[in-house]
Order: sequence, then C-alpha cells, then structure tokens
Amino acid sequence: MEWFLVTSAAVILFLQNYPLYIRSVPTENELKFHYMVHTSLDVVDEKISAMGKALVDQRELYLGLLYPTEDYKVYGYVTNSKVKFVMVVDSSNTALRDNEIRSMFRKLHNSYTDVMCNPFYNPGDRIQSRAFDGMVTSMMIQVC
Amino acid sequence: MEGLTLSDAEQKYYSDLFSYCDSESTKKVAAHGRVLELFRAAQLPSDVVHQIMELCGATRLGYFGRSQFYIALKLVAVAQSGFPLRVESINTVKDLPLPRFVASKNDQESRHAASYSSDSENQGSYSGVIPPPPGRGQVKKVSTSHDTVQPRTSADQQEPVSPVVSPQQSPPTSPHTWRKHSRHPSGGNSERPLAGPGPFWSPFGEAQSGSSSGDAVWSGHSPPPPQENWVSFADTPPTSTLLTMHPASVQDQTTVRTVASATTANEIRRQSSSYDDPWKITDEQRQYYVNQFKTIQPDLNGFIPGSAAKEFFTKSKLPILELSHIWELSDFDKDGALTLDEFCAAFHLVVARKNGYDLPEKLPESLMPKLIDLEDSADVGDQPGEVGYSGSPAEAPPSKSPSMPSLNQTWPELNQSSEQWETFSERSSSSQTLTQFDSNIAPADPDTAIVHPVPIRMTPSKIHMQEMELKRTGSDHTNPTSPLLVKTSDLSEENKINSSVKFASGNTVDGYSSSDSFTSDPEQIGNNVTRQRSHSGMSPDNTAPPPPPPRPQPSHSRSSSLDMNRTFSVTTGQQQAGVVAQPPAVPPRPQPSQAPGPVVHRPVDADGLITHTSTSPQQIPEQPNFADFSQFEVFAASNVNEEQDDEAEKHPEVLPVEKASDPASSLRVAKTDSKIEEKTAASAPANVSKGTTPLAPPPKPVRRRLKSEDELRPEVDEHTQKTGVLAAVLASQPSIPRSVGKDKKAIQASIRRNKETNTVLARLNSELQQQLKDVLEERISLEVQLEQLRPFSHL
Repeated sequence: MEWFLVTSAAVILFLQNYPLYIRSVPTENELKFHYMVHTSLDVVDEKISAMGKALVDQRELYLGLLYPTEDYKVYGYVTNSKVKFVMVVDSSNTALRDNEIRSMFRKLHNSYTDVMCNPFYNPGDRIQSRAFDGMVTSMMIQVC
Repeated sequence: MEGLTLSDAEQKYYSDLFSYCDSESTKKVAAHGRVLELFRAAQLPSDVVHQIMELCGATRLGYFGRSQFYIALKLVAVAQSGFPLRVESINTVKDLPLPRFVASKNDQESRHAASYSSDSENQGSYSGVIPPPPGRGQVKKVSTSHDTVQPRTSADQQEPVSPVVSPQQSPPTSPHTWRKHSRHPSGGNSERPLAGPGPFWSPFGEAQSGSSSGDAVWSGHSPPPPQENWVSFADTPPTSTLLTMHPASVQDQTTVRTVASATTANEIRRQSSSYDDPWKITDEQRQYYVNQFKTIQPDLNGFIPGSAAKEFFTKSKLPILELSHIWELSDFDKDGALTLDEFCAAFHLVVARKNGYDLPEKLPESLMPKLIDLEDSADVGDQPGEVGYSGSPAEAPPSKSPSMPSLNQTWPELNQSSEQWETFSERSSSSQTLTQFDSNIAPADPDTAIVHPVPIRMTPSKIHMQEMELKRTGSDHTNPTSPLLVKTSDLSEENKINSSVKFASGNTVDGYSSSDSFTSDPEQIGNNVTRQRSHSGMSPDNTAPPPPPPRPQPSHSRSSSLDMNRTFSVTTGQQQAGVVAQPPAVPPRPQPSQAPGPVVHRPVDADGLITHTSTSPQQIPEQPNFADFSQFEVFAASNVNEEQDDEAEKHPEVLPVEKASDPASSLRVAKTDSKIEEKTAASAPANVSKGTTPLAPPPKPVRRRLKSEDELRPEVDEHTQKTGVLAAVLASQPSIPRSVGKDKKAIQASIRRNKETNTVLARLNSELQQQLKDVLEERISLEVQLEQLRPFSHL
C-alpha cells in the first residue's frame, strides 16, 4: 500500500507501506515527519480494516484527521487500490478546513492517477514525475 | 550591452576574424573597410548590418573594438540564424553557429571556421541556424584543408541552390562560395552534415524577408535540409526507416546514411528546433511522424496504447525518466494512449531531446494536439531559456499565438471544470489532467469537453401545470370524467385507495404522501402523464410544488402511466378514459383557481361537492397533493354510489383539506384532459364529473380529518380508510407492473410511484401504530375505570 504524506510540509505517498513519494516543504525535520507518518500508517490501517467492504465511496477514501498530536495534524486518504496518502500539517498553520484537505487529497489522487497512466512508470517506483512534483509543490505552497 | 559569452570555438573564430579585420593591429577595427566587407560577406541585408553595428556600439564608438567586434560577429550569427537582432540574443541564443561570412571569407578563415566547426560540434543544434548552407557547411564542415575543397565539387548536389549564392556574392567571393558548396557536400563526410534544415529555412526566409538575397538563398535551400534531420532517431531501425522514408531531397541521403547517428541527431535537432519555433513540427517531420504512427496504429484516428508507445519510444534510448516526462507532456488527455497529435508531439519531443534540447516543463503550444496547425503555426516554443525568438516567424506565430493562448486558456478552464466534474463523479483515472496539466489539454480527446449532464426536469413545472390546467379546462369535462369512468371498475379499489389516501393525506400534510397515495390510485388507472407523475412524486415538500404526478386513479401505476392508460383504454374503454382523465388533472394543481374550479364544479354539482371543490382552488396552492386526493375521493365516490355518500361525508371532513382536493381535482382534470386528448374518452363524463374532484386527495383529507376531527371517529374512519388505502395500494401494486415501461421515464415514474406508495404505506403503518397505541391507552384507561367502578358495583 503506497502512502503519501503531505505536511505543512510534506507529502508522502505510500505503497505497501513503502513510501513512493516523499515531499516536505520545510526540508528539515523530514525524519520527524517520516516518523509521524509511519505511526499514522497504523491508524490508517485501522480505519481501513474498520471500513471493511465498501471502499468505493469517496468519503471513505478520505480518512480525515487521523490524529492530532502536539503541533501537527495528520490526515489520511486511501484509494481503492490501497494507496495511502498521508498528509501532515502543522497545527500552527491556520487550521485548514476539512474541505481544503479533501480537495488537496483529490488533487493528489488525480495527479497520482495521471502518473500511473504513464506507461513509463512502473508501479512501485518512486514517483519522479515533474508534473506531479509541480502539483505537490503548488499545493504545499498553498498550505504554508 | 550584455556581457558576451563566447564558446571556445566562437572565441577563436572571432579573434581570428578580428585579427583579420584589424589588419593594422590597432585593436580596433574601422567601421569601414574589412569589417564592412566582412559583414557584407555575411550575406545580411544592409539594414541588418547597420542594426548590428548599432547594437554592438560601433556606431557609437566609430570603430569596432574587440568587444564590439565580437558582439557584432555574434549578432551576425544571430541574424543569420534568423533570430531578431536583440541585445539579449547574444547570450540567449544557444548553440549559435558561427557567423558565416560567405563572400569575404578567405581560405584561412574558412579553415579556421572549419577547425572551429569541428570544435563546435558540441554547439549542437545549429538547429536554429539557417544560414545559407554553403556558408555553414563550409564553416562547419571544413575539416579538410583548402586543397580538399576542389574535389568537392561533386557535392554540388547537396547544395543545389548554393550556386545561387555565388552570383549574389561579389565576384571575388564566388570561388569561396563555390568552394563552400563543394565543401558542403563533404559535410556528409564530416560529422555534421549540414544540410541546412529546411524547416529553418522557410521560417528563416520569412525572417529575412527584408533581405532579398537572403531570401532567395535560403528559400532555395529549404528543400534539401529536411531529410537528414530526422534520421537521427537513434533507434536503429527507425533510423534506417527514417533514412529511407525520408522523402526530401535524396541528395544527401547517401551521405546522411553514412553519417553517424549522432550527426543525424544534430541535424534532427537542428530541424526540430527551428528557432522560429523550437517546437514547431515541419511538414516533413510531421509526415514522418505520421508514418511512424501508422506503423504502430494503422488507423490515424485511433490510439496508440501506452505499452506500444512505451516500446517505441524506449527504442530511442532516452532515459526512462525523460521518456516518462515526455509522456506526461504529450499525453494531453491523460488517457494512457496517444492519438496522432499526441504521438507527433511525443515524437517531436523525443527528437528534440536527442538533439540535446531540454524538455520543456510544459508542452509547447505548437505541440499541443489539435490546438495547433502544426504545419504553419509557429508559436514560440516554451523551452525555457532557449527562446531564440526570431522575428521572422512572427508573421505566422502572432496570428496563431493569440488564438493559441486563448485556446490554451480554455483548456485549463475545461480542465478545472473537468476536474471538478470528475471528482464530483468519483473520477475516472483516465485523462482529466484536471488540475495540473500545464494547460496542455488535449483536444484530441476532448474529455474536457464532456458535457455536463443536463438534468431534465421530470417534474412538471408550474408552467407545465398551468398548461395542464389549461388543458384540463379546455377539454371538456368528459376528459376528467373519463378517468372516473375508468374507475368505475376500480371503484372499490379506488375507494379503498381513496380512503387510504385520504387517510394518508389527513395525516400527512405534505404533498408527497398525498401524492404517493394518490398516485397509487392513478397507477391503476394508468397514467399517461409520466411527467406529471414523476413531478408529483418529486414535489413532496413544497407547499405549492408542481402538481404531483397525476394519480388520477389508484390503479394507475407510474411506470405504466401512459401505457396503462393505453392498455386500459384498449381493454376497458371507460377505465382508460378515466385513467386518461386522471393524470391530466394532477398537474394543474398548483393552479388552483380557475380551471379546477369550474371543472370541479361541474362534477361537483352532480354530487354536491361544489362546496368542496369550490374551496379547493383556494387551498390548492397549499396542498396540491390534497387536491388530488380529494379529487380522488370525489372520483371514487362518484363511481360508487354508496361511497359517494361516504365521499360526501368525507368532503366536509375534507374541507379542511379542500385545498388539496381542489388541486387534485384540477390535476385530475388536467390529467384526464391530456389523456383524453390522447385517447378517446368514452362515457367518462358522468363518472368523471363525479369523481374527479373528490377523488383527488382522498387520503389526505382523510388524514386531516383525523387530526381535526374527533379522535374516535377519525380513528374509525382512518382505520377503514387505512385499510382501504392499504388494500387499494396493495391492489394497485400488482397492476403497476403491468406497464412494460417502455420508456425510461415510464420506468422511472413507476419506480417513483412505487416509492411513493411505499412511503405512503409506511406512513399509514406508522399512523396505524400510533392509533393502535392510542386505542390501547384508551382501553387501558377504560379498564381502569371499569375496575374502579366494579368494586363499587359489587358493593
């Protein structure tokens, strides 16, 4: 299951709990973000298993705030193919509305599918698409 | 003046030239004399020369210092490449070939140039440079000494036009030109066969419109160039095919073939990156791409699947990452497949990349599929930092660029909208770059042009209802009566339904329930006005919503509204007539007033329901559904004499609900009218007159009654009615499926009706439960009282 992390800051895309794409705006503390994301993966898994059957619903794709701790919040999103997107945002940022987070995840999902459409992309590779990077960058700039 | 950065070759070359011109070794060159001669040799129009001199500051200084000279030389190269003379172009034009000086060049210079050319191989794309082949060829390709020039005469083939140059040159230069020509063919031997990219020439010709000679020369040269340039697609098989396929002047093909792929790559690069528009695809290129496309996908309008494209482009030996990026750029609609345009764009990018051009961040406009006429548009490439924007193409590009940007702008909008649309619809992974695709939206697959589904209003609007009402009023009362007549056979059912409906209506004020129950009746009758039905079904909550679907008769099923009517009419004339009549009556509901009034009145008169109906108009707006039910009631009553009494009784009770009844009646009338129009209404009038109005919202009035009346009586009535309604509803159910539901609308209407019926039944159920509880409570209280009394009695 890929996971995808976005922080106020960073975006990490995970596949099979293996990061496909990691991006963080404040490049420092990246490891800290990684740690947070890995811990949040457990929460994501938990939610997924709880959901069970129907994972098609868009709402279910968006897992919402996984858990707020300290000064950051972690949002999760999972696709039908078990690709997890994890977004970590600093609480110091003006609290992003849920809708904004949803739209961001939607954009991420769209870009991710675009990347997958590329025949030159082997699923499981780190994502190196420039378009994807550009999109993530613009998004993170928005957030920060 | 910007700082001038010269490559090594350029440096050397320029210094040589400077020393040549600076015969006096004074470190400065007079503006006249050799410099002028040199510039003239550059085959530039005089005004260009003047411009160059101005730009480099010589005019200011009055002479050419070394730096000015170098700048001037660079500008000459720029001008020869077809770029507009600008200060910036000195440093911005990448890979500018060395300036060629045809006429005045002497052997020494040529040799130097040749040596430089070998060094400057890396200068790569001479692509933008369209200088006359002879000059270029010579400069670049002169790898041999002057002596070897002679044998090159055979090379004239390569530059058929080059001789043209010579006449234009000053006589002394002709040998040079000749030499150059002869050398040119040697280009084939050299690493860089210079065939002079044709595409460049044509735009260059435009650029140099001012320069007559230039034009003649360059335009003349346009033919030869194209060929080799393509060939360099490093993939061997394609290369060969390229070579073979490539039409163009075959002259150099032999030489080309002998050329290393790298060289051809240079040519291709040159060609593909015409400075006019670095990303413009020339005709030859496009033809080649199309042919390649055909090898993969014979249908030019078809797609190349991603896997096939991947294989094909992998042969180009570009790194996967770059191929991936090229794919991202060129797959405009993100569908995982390449259309012809997308394929050409991708191919073009691959070629450019192989020639050393960096991939743009976004798809250049000229490569956007379907947005560009690749043949003639020459939008400035987006390649960052590489814009050797040449003024020449300005003619074509400007005309296109305004349109292009606008088109491109629309795409992002469409993308955005499509994105929203897509996300709204849970999104398909295909296409729909949605957000970020660099405004490279592929018109090829205008997924973005997806038309947002326009909801069709199924429920009749007020206007519609008015129409219905008009219809109703217009039609004779026979229409309304027809459904009533139809109902005769279903009287019992209707009554039950009516009662149930009434009950329902009494209990539930909203139009929906009433409409639900109401529809159950009409369904049996067969409502041909699906729209009305659906409409009524959909307007549960509004006080004055569009009239509920005409449910004239309980037996009418939604799905079969029209069908039912027809079938009914066929089978049972009266019934159908009644059915027909019914639906029309429904819509006008919101229009309580006039139409229903008179219509209602007539039937009412018969049963003394005038009062009932008369009041209904006023109430119609509020409770349209009720109107149906009341009509229904009336209808049922009219159909059954005994029940008419009941109806009469109910009417007073219904009075509170009159408004419902009236609209219902009106609706019914409308329905009937419409139906009658469709089918012949037999002897409906009598029945219709009777039953239309009262029948409308039987259940609702009933329910209301329950609320407003005495508890016991309403309870009793409710019970009876409920049971009746239940029975009616249940009875109507079986008849519902009768309709085949040919239309989707019919099916949907029937579904809606069924749902409404379900709702009605559910409500009834809840109400009954409530009543049951109440009754039980009463019973308990009574028992308690009895208990209390009993001991006394005993005592």
